Amino acid sequence: MKEQKSKTLRGFLFGAGFVAIAAFLFTGCPSQQGMMDTREAAQKVYVAPGEHDEYYGFFSGGYSGQLSVWGLPSSRLLKVIPVFSQDPESGYGYSEETKPLFETSYGFIPWDDSHHPHISQTDGDADGRWIFINANNTPRIARIDLKTFETKEILELPNTGGNHASSFVTSNTEYVIGGTRFSIPYEADLDVPIDSYSDEFRGALSFVAVDQETGMMDLDFQIVVPPYNYDLGRAGKGPSADWVFFTTYNTEEAHTMLEVNASRYDKDFIAAVNWRKAAELVEQGHGRTVSAEYYHNYYEGNQGYAINDIKDQVTILDTREIDENFIYYLPTPKSPHGVDVDPTGEYIVGGGKLATVIPVHSFSRMLEAIDNNEVEEVIDGIPVLNYDATIAGEVENPGLGPLHTEFDGRGYAYTSVYISSEIVKWSLETFEVVDRIDAYYSIGHLMITGGDTKNPDARYMVGLTKTAKDRYLPTGPKQNHPAQLYDISGDRMELLLDFPTIGEPHYAQAIRADKIVDQVAQIYEMEENDHPDALLRIADNRVERDGNTVHVYMGSTRSHFRPDNIEGIRVGDTVYIHLTNLEQEWDVVHGIAVKGANNAEILVAPGQTKTLKWEPTRTGIYPFYCTAFCSALHQEMQGYIRVSAEDSDVELAWRTGTD
Amino acid sequence: MTFLKYIPKLILPIVLLFSLQACGEDDRSQRDDQEETTEAGLTEFELEHGIGPVTERIEIDDEIDQELVTKGRNIYEMKCEMCHNMEGRMVGPQLGDVMEHRSPEFVMNFILNPSGMTREHPVGQELLQEYMTSMPFQNVKEDEARAIVEFLRDYKRNN
Ligand code: HEC
Ligand SMILES: [Cu+2]
Repeated sequence: MKEQKSKTLRGFLFGAGFVAIAAFLFTGCPSQQGMMDTREAAQKVYVAPGEHDEYYGFFSGGYSGQLSVWGLPSSRLLKVIPVFSQDPESGYGYSEETKPLFETSYGFIPWDDSHHPHISQTDGDADGRWIFINANNTPRIARIDLKTFETKEILELPNTGGNHASSFVTSNTEYVIGGTRFSIPYEADLDVPIDSYSDEFRGALSFVAVDQETGMMDLDFQIVVPPYNYDLGRAGKGPSADWVFFTTYNTEEAHTMLEVNASRYDKDFIAAVNWRKAAELVEQGHGRTVSAEYYHNYYEGNQGYAINDIKDQVTILDTREIDENFIYYLPTPKSPHGVDVDPTGEYIVGGGKLATVIPVHSFSRMLEAIDNNEVEEVIDGIPVLNYDATIAGEVENPGLGPLHTEFDGRGYAYTSVYISSEIVKWSLETFEVVDRIDAYYSIGHLMITGGDTKNPDARYMVGLTKTAKDRYLPTGPKQNHPAQLYDISGDRMELLLDFPTIGEPHYAQAIRADKIVDQVAQIYEMEENDHPDALLRIADNRVERDGNTVHVYMGSTRSHFRPDNIEGIRVGDTVYIHLTNLEQEWDVVHGIAVKGANNAEILVAPGQTKTLKWEPTRTGIYPFYCTAFCSALHQEMQGYIRVSAEDSDVELAWRTGTD
Repeated sequence: MTFLKYIPKLILPIVLLFSLQACGEDDRSQRDDQEETTEAGLTEFELEHGIGPVTERIEIDDEIDQELVTKGRNIYEMKCEMCHNMEGRMVGPQLGDVMEHRSPEFVMNFILNPSGMTREHPVGQELLQEYMTSMPFQNVKEDEARAIVEFLRDYKRNN
């Protein structure tokens, strides 16, 4: 006891000393630290209990495969939206409704790697209808509805290896793009030697059309390009709105030890694609259809089971086969990673991770160079423009390893710099660095509120960093990735907050909360529940047998299930429990868990129907209960299922409330 | 030192008390302008016909509107029947005879504003104490609540 006390005391003294030192450090020389007075910083991120944040932040989950939602500036986690990975919290990917979303031409993929969330746009501005995010490993794009914050659709991309240059939208969400990080043999499943790389491998840039009413995606065409690595992409805006820009590296065409072999050339390319022209060419029949198997998974109605629409061909535009120019290469130093377009649509900024400068191309000069035919060479039908003809400026001394750039709409750009772990702010007029600030540690993407749109709403900036090291209480050899929140409303960038995140956020996006808050659904309206196995009238609760398949149509309200006593199930049956939550009150959720069910539990939102598949293997009495604390009598919300032997003649029966 | 420690604990209730009182007074003085209030702080209308969006007597034909009954029954089966029986207690009270001891406006207000009714109305408070589950708002519109009343009236006549 005594021992304990002195320890606490020591801890306290140490803590107090630390605070004093920290306070001195921070208040003593804030300009050096880039950290404002801690009290002032705390005030800026303080959102009082019951009050709401100004922005929704959507952070990719990286290797978690999900998308996390944060309130900014408080940097509180609001929700994790499951997208490309099964989610035991909600039963997403375990329920029969959501399982089909995970199907691909390679089978059921329970876990993927999500990178770049992008909010749908209208006229170059985030509009908050949907948010798209890419699966990097088994190439796919998902669409999440921002009324229900649910994944509604997943489209696989064929001919792609590592869908990294994705899922960015054009100015009016005409297209969402995909791009292959690995070039691979083009024809499906082609079995060739790896060292046939330059002959057999090709890149594919995907253009996925988006239905403006429903958001539904459709792979309109793919552009077949030389076998480089296509890393990131961004659509233009304003004058450049008809264009999409992709970075490339490995123009050396290495297929082994890329670390060395793909870093030999001084310059790689930014590919400038006139997507409008490409789409016209396709429409006029210049494309070619090739066979390709890929899955399109979506819901047909408001609710129900996601369906698998298996496609068998895709339209391609091969630059080697088409005389007209719709794509140009802009030489760009050196293995560029990010490519970002400023709010005016004039500047195209490359992040050359091995370059000593940040190259800035001019869109208007690019058009002039095309008009004046300032072409250095032509690769597989793609003109390579002269570097000096398109470049507007080079930012000197950007630090080591510039990656990604966003903008504040006040004439400044902010570039993340990986190796020297900092953010540099520079002028789009003078191309000179005006401010720099440390990142903790090793920054990848950064994000400014509205910073990729025509009208940035540049209050805050978030830096997404790769290692936490000593930033928080240690949690073992593998720690969660951090993010830092900066105030960029003044002349200098100022650090406000440093917080751990979910998975590995690559890119993030933020949108002003008032743009979507009114559209967010509070319930699934029962009248609009079109699930084929919904229980719309409690009196219809029942159990039906069809051979070895048993369907339980069950309803839940606080605080009971109907039916809650079921008999006549047999070993060897496949049981589908269709649970409808009959509540119509916001946030009153019920779940179901059945003893020994080796699938998962499911969680059902008000007005929603979800299905749990269960295959009992042993006779006995199986308790089930509601997993969500729904009411004062939640602990009473339970039932029993009797499972009899395979050859038993116990009759199918279901009851509630009668003994 | 020890006294200081209690200051935050003391301040909160005092502030709360003050603000609650201020609110209450405000409410009452507003009401005073319009109508006399009863002991529970409710108007005569509220006491008899409930608290909610229905603030006046509604006109109801003696004859039953069968179309409305069907509409009401459909809503009842989708949104109410899991908690109520016509005869006999379930999660909530039996509704077969509710039209005998409550006015149509009262029933509509209970459907449209159940949390307000169980918090502020003496009948609602009593029911909540008895049933120990709060009746939820079931996303029912005013005209739909009216249809449910018709369905309940029809049931009462035929049973
Ligand atoms: C989750 C269960 C639940 C649902 C669903 C529900 N009720 Fe109730 N209801 C109750 C409970 C419990 C009470 C008693 C008051 C309380 O505890 O909130 C009640 C009270 C009532 C009363 C007051 C009865 C009286 O004696 O004055 C009426 C009328 C009523 N409900 C009608 C409805 C109608 C109509 C619906 C459908 C739109 C409905 N209820 C849906 C649980 C429910
Ligand atoms: Cu429950």
